[in-house]
Amino acid sequence: MSFDLNADYFSLFDLPVSYSIDNALLTQKYRDLQQVVHPDRFANATEQERRLSLQYTTHLNEAVNVLKDPLARARYLLELKGVQWDDEQSTLSDPAFLMQQMELREALSDVREQDDPLEAVADIISEVTAIIRGNSCQLEEMLQSDDQDEWLKAKDQVRKMQFLKKLISEAEAVEAELEDS
Amino acid sequence: MALLQISEPGQTTAPHQHKLAVGIDLGTTNSLVATVRSGQATVLPDEAGNRLLPSVVRYQKGSEPQVGQQAKDAAPIDPMNTIMSVKRYLGRGLDDIAKKEFVSYEFTQTDSAVPRFNTEAGEISPVEVSADILKVLHRRAEASLGAELQGAVITVPAYFDDAQRQATKDAAKLAGLKVLRLLNEPTAAAVAYGLDKKAEGVVVIYDLGGGTFDVSILRLNKGVFEVMATAGDSALGGDDMDAAIAGWMMQQAGIDSGSDQAQMRRLMHEARRLKEALTENETVSVSIARMDESVWQGELDRTKMNELIDPLIRKTLSPCRRALRDAGINVDDIEDVVMVGGSTRVPRVREKIEDFFGKTPLVDIDPDEVVAIGAAIQADVLVGNKPDDEMLLLDVIPLSLGLETMGGLVEKLINRNTTIPVARAQEFTTYKDGQTAMSLLVVQGEREMVKDCRELARFSLRDIPPMVAGAARIRVTFQVDADGLLNVEAEELTSGVKNSIEVKPSYGLEDNEIEKMLRDSIDHAADDMEARRLREQQVEAERVIEALQAALEKDGELYLSEDERDKIDQALLHLQEMHQGEDPRAIKAAIKALEKVCDTYVEKRMNSSIQEAMSGHKVTDF
Repeated sequence: MSFDLNADYFSLFDLPVSYSIDNALLTQKYRDLQQVVHPDRFANATEQERRLSLQYTTHLNEAVNVLKDPLARARYLLELKGVQWDDEQSTLSDPAFLMQQMELREALSDVREQDDPLEAVADIISEVTAIIRGNSCQLEEMLQSDDQDEWLKAKDQVRKMQFLKKLISEAEAVEAELEDS
Repeated sequence: MALLQISEPGQTTAPHQHKLAVGIDLGTTNSLVATVRSGQATVLPDEAGNRLLPSVVRYQKGSEPQVGQQAKDAAPIDPMNTIMSVKRYLGRGLDDIAKKEFVSYEFTQTDSAVPRFNTEAGEISPVEVSADILKVLHRRAEASLGAELQGAVITVPAYFDDAQRQATKDAAKLAGLKVLRLLNEPTAAAVAYGLDKKAEGVVVIYDLGGGTFDVSILRLNKGVFEVMATAGDSALGGDDMDAAIAGWMMQQAGIDSGSDQAQMRRLMHEARRLKEALTENETVSVSIARMDESVWQGELDRTKMNELIDPLIRKTLSPCRRALRDAGINVDDIEDVVMVGGSTRVPRVREKIEDFFGKTPLVDIDPDEVVAIGAAIQADVLVGNKPDDEMLLLDVIPLSLGLETMGGLVEKLINRNTTIPVARAQEFTTYKDGQTAMSLLVVQGEREMVKDCRELARFSLRDIPPMVAGAARIRVTFQVDADGLLNVEAEELTSGVKNSIEVKPSYGLEDNEIEKMLRDSIDHAADDMEARRLREQQVEAERVIEALQAALEKDGELYLSEDERDKIDQALLHLQEMHQGEDPRAIKAAIKALEKVCDTYVEKRMNSSIQEAMSGHKVTDF
């Protein structure tokens, strides 16, 4: 194996191309590689080596960020399978999901009126986290399939999870505001 | 050189030579320099035995700047020419400075966005003041070590933004120091405590200095440090405690707040004395001379002082909570709490922090010296003295980086706490038919609106081929290096032509300004400049030659065909010839030429090191 900037992120870390991933192993491989390519190893080296080191380390960091984050990993995996992401054009047509989203958002905007706003936010966060966990299991099955239709389902699933993740970060922002005030 | 160190631990290219490198803590209140001697990190004192150098510089007409204790002593009688806490002004614009409430200076607005202190000796930028402090430490190190320094690790608060880091690096350049790395202060503190030798754990570094507060959460794993999160307040510290105590004294003594600068400084000085005395004692008596020479006498006890400083300590807890949240951990996950900065000597601070984190904080190493000691340890590794040391510091970017988009909103390209180095690209388009230029504003910060973030640089992309609105595809790439410094590039993709961009740092010095300062400084008279350039290129040439020869000896035959080897040998010979000459430009060109023929060779070697790193672990996996 060599450091091929065009190789897929999985083989960069010598891992199987799959949605389920051994996080401890990924971390270990990442650190082994960083030990070798990090700019600190080249602080006193030539310009040329420093440039190369910067380029490799940057690539490594990008790769590990994608693989560590389940959603980014799923998106990336689908890209490798040839699925196109046209985020701005495509819309979700799942009324039940959209309804659930609206309800959750409404609940979030009302937390300040609750008796214990912090607890209300915490409840929303744990509810959404549970939904994401369920979705993640389904996603894993879809991605294991060799069927293209399943991949397209997986694509929708990823987009739903992106919405949910955004909701969580908004809820966390509200939580932070409440804690700091 | 570095390549050899990787593949062959324990063997350096220059085993005969211990390279001199130092760690420098360029602090708001005090600065220090430390080095590793006979395996021990020690702070280097001046001739009189003082380890701390007060970060104070006094500028007088027709004489060299006065740095340190002498300048500090002169502060009450010559406040406007004596610059204190210059770190607070580094990488800052006049607008930021106007917001500060503490003792201020007279500033001159120049063409450059960098404010200049208006002193008797002329207009001086914060970068130059910092450089004057660094020069003293540079001289101190060379005097006590008896040889030329190979490089320095300089520490910065983890919370420093791009402009502040760049300003620090500029100051080092002016002081003639080769910066091996800008290191985050909390990371340095963790290194000083040898926490990298621990198998695993999460550590909090609580750093309350004279003028800045930082809290960082690091994860340590077999010599690898990862900064999980960092937060802080770049304008909060022991000075603020002094101000709170001074405020109480003024209230007690009936001194109004319109007092002159000298009186204010005396009050601050007295406040500090009280604070320090109350570390040991329960009560301390105080007497203050009013303007009419009458004297107020009173007493301050620890309970009262605690009451005065508690709001400030509380202010440090909010960043602590934020850091915990960003790191995604609970207080229970924390293994150690390290105390850094003189202000952590205040018993109340230790008490409150122990309450908050539920852990007795580590205080064994002098909190004023711990950062410089950690920096010295890293400098020793970076310069190549410990090739088999596996210490690796992985850092994160402290504040998000973004671009201004429509309506004054910020589009974030790189989120805070992303591991660096990192690069991100984003595409933009034109919004008018036939638009040939685009202005871009780079900002740093967490807020949604540009006006609430720090403006880093403004540049324009010109010569875009005229197209209908929305047809151009302009890709902007942010690259952040291991020091946390940002480099921006913009390119119009449809024309295939890479357009030139002009990056104008909003609060930094331009390269030509630095060049001019170098020329103007007394240490570097006109012909010195040329000599300095020559020396720089010679050192770089030596570095390249030494590294390449060692590499070729080891595995030249393995990776190179005869033809390739011939080309490299020729270029090497040429560089060796130029190195003997006196033309820095010719040396530079010869280095470039040699690097060019070595391109694939260097890549092959690095790839082979990577392969070794990977396969080495495959064995243990089974």
